[in-house]
Amino acid sequence: MADLTTVFAGGIRCPNPFWLASGPPANCGEQVMRAFDAGWGGAVWKTLGDPIVNVSSRYSSVDWNRQRMMGLNNIELITDRPLHVNLREISEVKKRYPAHAVIASLMVESKPEAWRQIVRQAEDAGADGLELNFGCPHGMSERGMGSAVGQVPEYTELITSWVKEVARTPVLVKLTPNISDIRMVARAAKHGGADGLSAINTINSITGIDLDTLIPRPDVGGQSSHGGYCGPAVKPIALHLVQQIAADEASRLPISGIGGISGWQEAAEFILMGAGTVQVCTAAMHYGFRIVEDMLDGLSNWMDSKGYRTLDDFRGLSLPRIVEWKNLDLNYKIIARIHPERCIGCDLCYTACWDGAHQCIHLDRLTGANGNGHRTPAEVERASSSRIANTPIAKLDGAGRDAGPYPTPLARIPRVDEDECVGCNLCALVCPVDGCITMEQVDTGRPPETWSQRVAALGKGGQC
Amino acid sequence: MSYQPGEDIAQRFAEIHPPLEPQAALLEAHRCLYCFDAPCSDACPTHIDVPRFIKKIATGNLRGSALGILDANILGASCSRVCPVDVLCEGACVLHLYNKQPIEIGRLQRHAMDYFYSNGAKLAYLPRPEKAKRIACVGAGPASLACAAELRKRGYAVTIFESRPLPGGLNTYGVAEYKLRPSDSLREVELVKSLGVEFRFGKSVGSDVTVEELERTYAAVFLAVGLGPAEPLGLPGEEMSHVVDALRFIADYKTAQTISVGRKVAVIGGGNTAIDAANAALRLGADEVYMVYRRSEREMPAFQFEYENAKLEGVRFRFQTQPIAIQPNGLECVRMELGAPDQSGRRKPEPVPRSNFLIECDMVILAVGQSRFLDFLSACLAVELRDGNVVVDPETGRTSNPRYYAGGDCVNGGREVVDAVAEGKRAGIAMAKWLDA
Repeated sequence: MADLTTVFAGGIRCPNPFWLASGPPANCGEQVMRAFDAGWGGAVWKTLGDPIVNVSSRYSSVDWNRQRMMGLNNIELITDRPLHVNLREISEVKKRYPAHAVIASLMVESKPEAWRQIVRQAEDAGADGLELNFGCPHGMSERGMGSAVGQVPEYTELITSWVKEVARTPVLVKLTPNISDIRMVARAAKHGGADGLSAINTINSITGIDLDTLIPRPDVGGQSSHGGYCGPAVKPIALHLVQQIAADEASRLPISGIGGISGWQEAAEFILMGAGTVQVCTAAMHYGFRIVEDMLDGLSNWMDSKGYRTLDDFRGLSLPRIVEWKNLDLNYKIIARIHPERCIGCDLCYTACWDGAHQCIHLDRLTGANGNGHRTPAEVERASSSRIANTPIAKLDGAGRDAGPYPTPLARIPRVDEDECVGCNLCALVCPVDGCITMEQVDTGRPPETWSQRVAALGKGGQC
Repeated sequence: MSYQPGEDIAQRFAEIHPPLEPQAALLEAHRCLYCFDAPCSDACPTHIDVPRFIKKIATGNLRGSALGILDANILGASCSRVCPVDVLCEGACVLHLYNKQPIEIGRLQRHAMDYFYSNGAKLAYLPRPEKAKRIACVGAGPASLACAAELRKRGYAVTIFESRPLPGGLNTYGVAEYKLRPSDSLREVELVKSLGVEFRFGKSVGSDVTVEELERTYAAVFLAVGLGPAEPLGLPGEEMSHVVDALRFIADYKTAQTISVGRKVAVIGGGNTAIDAANAALRLGADEVYMVYRRSEREMPAFQFEYENAKLEGVRFRFQTQPIAIQPNGLECVRMELGAPDQSGRRKPEPVPRSNFLIECDMVILAVGQSRFLDFLSACLAVELRDGNVVVDPETGRTSNPRYYAGGDCVNGGREVVDAVAEGKRAGIAMAKWLDA
């Protein structure tokens, strides 16, 4: 049984690395305690600060192929509850759940005294750590807070240093992705003395427009405003930004990974990219706190199957596998292999290769690979409607089908021209059947060579 | 037992494939893989672009979806309900090949069609101005409706002659009520009418309208006369009043004023019409319904899913049973053994000596194949027949008499609605091309 206990950023202890991210699920003590009962290892409290007023509505989402909330957008601000109530509840939670991590997310005006005061208040209430919210891209940023701070490295460093002057607990800086190079801000946070980084906050977004009313979502009395985007759709962006800071020597700090984590697989990916803990919000908003059960169980089972006893056993293992493009081997070659016994004849790979890739998949198994027997998509489409069919009465007509050795008629099983295939993966990506198209390595007979090496060799020869 | 039709019929014949809820339709549409050059479209006799119309349902473009269907098949609504999709589009769905449920293409098509008809039923094109040459269609069934629609799209004036009082052919008179109701069939006819097609009811060509009149007025004629009443079996007692023809029985309960059904009913035949009649007899209140077929389950021409459904409805099957006489109190039969294969490749049934027995019943329904309008077709119109069917050029649907084209049951011997539509469409396109030349 894998051990999921975690010690993060120099002293934050928790039974597992799954934290509720600062947001609606961690709005009050009652929620946080129920979350801990469900199995969450920690919670980052909904951001504390001077009380604000929220609007309605606040959320909007992007559905994809009838899956709800592939992406979620919000225009909600920081907590709208009085500070003393939040602080009292933090104390109560910590008393009842001493083994769980409670992190106070903070956002106040950019004045040293304001920051010093809220740091003291949060720590006095019993918070195990602080997360400086330099990331919220909507509303608060207009007032000079949130991402307005996180988009300027100097401000980030300055405010972090104010906090560090008084903080007794670990200080995490939460980074905004709405920036050209996240490493600049990460380095600034490190200069300011941060103990860890949380990445990423939400991404600026407008999710869509109601095509009846022409009002963008979410609709606030006929108007809308840009919000912060999160949920499964943002995971690849978040994973990249985590990799950026994890691989950067100058910003190297413990990382709490955030962004589209909805199950144990994404959690494993963030940890493989170097994250020490992971934070979840949208998935808990979608399905409730109970989803953590499979996150723990799935991660634990995967670790057992891989032989990892603790999270440290695999943390960061995939980081060295990300290199700059110029260091990739130009002489590594794979090609697509279609396994005809698995092919169901949808021919999506065929049209994808013709229209979207390199025109090297053909429908010519019946006419033979040699010569010009293959048909183009246009020819196939013309042929399909140019003949009259009849409803088959199998028992009277005899079952007539262009038989072959496979369940799918031979004419519908595409063929890869292996000399032309560039190994782009597109066919395997569109194929709906697992294991039907595999990408297989072929020996090019050439030693590994990167673009850097090739350019260097050309340079030596005096050519370009 | 006889009673008045009305609400009761709708209850007794609740739809066998109810419409999809809008959200269920969206979910189902999203399951479609959107195959390239899809096998479902290939399997459809009218080659509806199935993935295209399903994709449009998925994107919420229901009008575009419906118009795409209607462009390929003007009777898209009735086909969506009556097509044997298991052996056509859904049977060809690639999802079968990895143990997944095929896409419910028929119900999705109905979803798009229901939207179309409940939102004004407006086609995208207006009929072109009429050309000088006029065309007659004989019979107002699916083949003629499809043919007329193609011709109207190309600017030809079309008149449809129909001997019965209502249009739609078997869609109105012959399809099982739990698949398609006459009102739905007539709604579809209205769509064809909206293209400017003229209908003349109660007009039999050959008697009410002479062939000379027809040829004087019309540059070309499309024959879609269908098939005639059931062939007599030549059984003693066949003339008795409790013996009825299956299609007559179905037409009566669907459109006539009174409905009669026996307590115990024997249906002779093993085809889809026999099954429709047997199911109808049960739903109309018969206590016991027997289907009597001289060969075995294996040779029965009915579709497998129709057979399975009939068993669920409660029809009792008497295989390898040959009727030899109709008695006032039942059907006298003899048991059959299957011998060597005959011309059709099916094993030839032979009577078992001294195996006579009686199936008690007070109604006998004959469903053993329909007669042909041989005299009219060959003597009056001089079109070539083979095995009782009109011979046509498979590319164009043209008969041996160049002014005449043909399609539907009188050509194919009695197949599906969608086959009739495909043949009507083919002939309509070919006639316009010939007349344009």
